[in-house]
Amino acid sequence: MAGFDWGEITSNLPYLFGVGMVFTVKLTVLSMAGGIVFGTLLAMMRLSHFPVLSWIAGGYVNLMRSIPLVLVIFWFFFLVPYIWAWILREARPIPVGTFYSALITFTMFEAAYYCEIMRAGIQSVARGQVWSGYALGLNYWQTMGHIVLPQAFRNMLPVLLTQTIILFQDTSLVYVISATDFLGAASKIANRDYRLVEMYSFAAVVYFVISFSLSLLVKRLQAKIAVIR
Amino acid sequence: MNYHWNWGILLQQEPGGTGTYLHYLIVGLGWTLVTALCAWVLALVIGAIVGTLRTTTHPWVVRLGNAYVEIFRNIPLLVQMFLWFFVMPELLPTSLGDAIKQMPPPWGAFVPAVLCLGTFTSVRVAEQTRAGINSLPRGQRNAGTAMGLTSFQTYRYVILPQAFRIILPPLTSEFMNVIKNSSVALTIGLMELTGRARSMQEFSFQVFEAFAAATVIYLLTNLVVVIGMRWLEGKVRVPGLIAIGAGGGH
Repeated sequence: MAGFDWGEITSNLPYLFGVGMVFTVKLTVLSMAGGIVFGTLLAMMRLSHFPVLSWIAGGYVNLMRSIPLVLVIFWFFFLVPYIWAWILREARPIPVGTFYSALITFTMFEAAYYCEIMRAGIQSVARGQVWSGYALGLNYWQTMGHIVLPQAFRNMLPVLLTQTIILFQDTSLVYVISATDFLGAASKIANRDYRLVEMYSFAAVVYFVISFSLSLLVKRLQAKIAVIR
Repeated sequence: MNYHWNWGILLQQEPGGTGTYLHYLIVGLGWTLVTALCAWVLALVIGAIVGTLRTTTHPWVVRLGNAYVEIFRNIPLLVQMFLWFFVMPELLPTSLGDAIKQMPPPWGAFVPAVLCLGTFTSVRVAEQTRAGINSLPRGQRNAGTAMGLTSFQTYRYVILPQAFRIILPPLTSEFMNVIKNSSVALTIGLMELTGRARSMQEFSFQVFEAFAAATVIYLLTNLVVVIGMRWLEGKVRVPGLIAIGAGGGH
């Protein structure tokens, strides 16, 4: 540890946080929002009375949960330019950049995990709630939107947030498509200056501090919700 | 879509001269499975010990166990992979560090990958073990003490044999997670299934055939593991108990 160069870390802080961490946080927050919306729709499909819908959603979720995230990142990295070209009726695949590629990947991938959480959440709402919604003359979407989903969200909030901490850690895997997230920024400096020990140790400490603090917050929130109920 | 499909590529020779691309991927699956199995064994051993220690009544042992779990759970797997591969050899005594760095491929990547995946997964195993032990009725431990067993004997003959049979189902899903997580080892140069699909794509330019083949191989592996584990679960089920559930994650 004698040659540990603290200056290497302090002099690169603006790049590490201003570029890298901004990418990571943006990716985490947007994927969480997209993943929860898409995941909730998937959960509603999975629980629907139309066999085709629940079959499609179930197949999608099981597929995403059976293959490694790294492989999914590669899939979308190469697939999205083709789909984009197809939508715009262009002949050649259109590059979309690592951020949008990663955003689509994580939204689609995490939706499978959020779906399972929301499914458990919807199932945790008492059946009588749905019936009373219909008895009041609400339709399916109104019952879901005003009665079932708010309760499901509330019940599942700690689990959704825990999954988001996992998502935050998983975004580091965009390294495989050479994106400049926090770890990617650390890695680029590490290789430029040959300071691998300093950069990777620092990255580990930063990820640990953020994830651990967030998990403590989730624990406190869980205790709070449990008291109110 | 303007993509030139060519499924025949799977039966063409790969540039390394070891056989067809399909064979190249299957060998990758072999590395995935060997890595995952070694890591899983390591994870079971460490996880069982840490999980058991966290149920003892020594506060410092419990705190140490908790610290171990929090450290490995709150650092991304990829960062841990880099720590084992790039940082660990530098922190060891020079001769040992150099010996590790000079291991011939693929062992130079294989050993850190197994250590990384093993410790990463051991945390999950530790959590399951603790949950399994805590799910046993308190009377079991008391009965052990009443019969004059020492604390160690109570764990060895009364608590652990029951706990392990209870936690087997959640542990099987951890095995699937190790198989999937082993793909992260491609970042340190281990040519497992995903890594080989990526290099096949680079050699042949047949992007989607390569990734589709890898996807199908992962799905089939998944199926085999699930069926095998169902069988094993049936074998070890404790009669009269409802197995406890397990959390998600990946």
